[in-house]
Amino acid sequence: MSGGPSQPLELREVTVRFGGLVALEKVSLSAPPGRVTGVIGPNGAGKTTLFNVVCGFVRPRSGEVRWRGRPLVRHRPHRLTRLGIARTLQGLGLFPGLTVLENVMVGADRHARAGLVSGLLALPRADRDDAALRERAMARLDELGVAGEAARRPGELPYGAQKRVALARALVADPDLLLLDEPAAGLSAAEIEELAALIRGLRGGPAVVLVEHHMDLVMGVCDQVVVLDFGRVIAAGPPAEVRDDPAVLDAYLGEEVRDA
Amino acid sequence: MVRFVNLTLAGITQGAVFAAVALALVLIWRATRVVNFAQGGMLMFTTFLAWTVVHDGGSYWLALGVALASGLVIGAVAERVLVRPVEGGPPLNAVIVTLGLYVLLQAAAGMIWGDTPHSYPPAFTIKGLTAGGTRLLLSPFDLFVIGAVALVMAALTVLFVRTGLGLKLRAAAFAPEIARLQGVRVGRMLTLGWALAALVGSLAGVLIAPSVFVGPSQFDAMLVFGFTAAVIGGLDSPAGAVVGGLLLGCALSYVSGYISSDLVTFGALAALIAVLMVRPNGLFAARTGRRV
Repeated sequence: MSGGPSQPLELREVTVRFGGLVALEKVSLSAPPGRVTGVIGPNGAGKTTLFNVVCGFVRPRSGEVRWRGRPLVRHRPHRLTRLGIARTLQGLGLFPGLTVLENVMVGADRHARAGLVSGLLALPRADRDDAALRERAMARLDELGVAGEAARRPGELPYGAQKRVALARALVADPDLLLLDEPAAGLSAAEIEELAALIRGLRGGPAVVLVEHHMDLVMGVCDQVVVLDFGRVIAAGPPAEVRDDPAVLDAYLGEEVRDA
Repeated sequence: MVRFVNLTLAGITQGAVFAAVALALVLIWRATRVVNFAQGGMLMFTTFLAWTVVHDGGSYWLALGVALASGLVIGAVAERVLVRPVEGGPPLNAVIVTLGLYVLLQAAAGMIWGDTPHSYPPAFTIKGLTAGGTRLLLSPFDLFVIGAVALVMAALTVLFVRTGLGLKLRAAAFAPEIARLQGVRVGRMLTLGWALAALVGSLAGVLIAPSVFVGPSQFDAMLVFGFTAAVIGGLDSPAGAVVGGLLLGCALSYVSGYISSDLVTFGALAALIAVLMVRPNGLFAARTGRRV
């Protein structure tokens, strides 16, 4: 695998338009491995669109996304796991009809090599893969403290625990890039603390990109922050710097600044 | 008492076939939210192919193999070529497409093989077994029918519950968009789901052929009874399809044995209404949580 995980995720002047609406305008950013990059901005600033571009749900009108040192073109969502990219969804995105363990096992698919035919015939290799898959999924659930719920359906768990399951599923494929889409939404203050600790624990591992509204979480866990407003990058840098940037204050707390 | 036992045995045999047809419908409904009205036509066509093999001197088992293999192919092609383009559109589009496929298959079979029903040989004798001097309404062939359906059910259960491929099939059926993000080739899973369903259907066709004969319209009732069984079971539940099939088979057997064989279709309708009055979503429907 050329390039390798040492290369950052890079967006170069990515522009996305939906009809006349500019969702992203020449957005450039770089998310290095082992570090947490936060993407913040008011509602409608283009944060989720940015994720959708990386995932291949949305094709940029111009500009390019580079991953592992190569441009990502015509990549399809189902290829993501093979590219080492995992994404959690806004909300939960768990399969309601599958058990917690099965939910995570679906995410571990990247490591399963048995093809369609051997899978159908339940050949020994598929069986071995299956056992390995189960083990890896259990290990991740254990790390996130929800191994005890493995046999239950996601719907039977409290929201915070479901979030952990979703995170376990994203991590089980050992991604080189982890996209977290508003992971703190719907969590209590205590749960957000736990989440922050979890994300900090990922440092030194995959490149993490965090889209989030929750300021304390972003400022607490990110190594660098990119601020979007109306599809443009208006500031980028370490959290402390960005926090005091006048343009950011204006975009985020516009009225307050104007009033002051 | 003997009569009751006999009617039950006959009901189970017939119910096993209904269960197979119901399962074929349920598999497709779960995967693509389409009621496959072409199922009756598909299993009619594959049974005709099997009949051709037998007619030309081939063995029963070769014919069965041909039916199953052609079922797989027809199912996969139907999904990939006909159903895929209407996926995500209004549900009625898929209904029209499957109905159209049914008409097409029926017309094609009529042109190729003619409209006169042909007899189809059973795998084993249909002479009833005797137990303690009484002749039972259960023949070695009936046992084969029950066994074959049970075997296929067991194989499907193992596939869906125990294998990674089954997990992907279920994931793709539950939430295609999320499954895609997890690296599942959803399109392939849907094609495979249709192929498996058609295979189960084609098995049902061959098993029921000796009693209904092989003709372009001979299997229409199978779709009706199979659909009834699927709805009784809850349309979303493979286990429900099996139980629904067996219940319906027995119910119809009692109606025809104790009352009159003219009332069989009526009996199916009555059974359906009775079940839906008690459990509107079918016997095995997952309880839908109420959001407050």
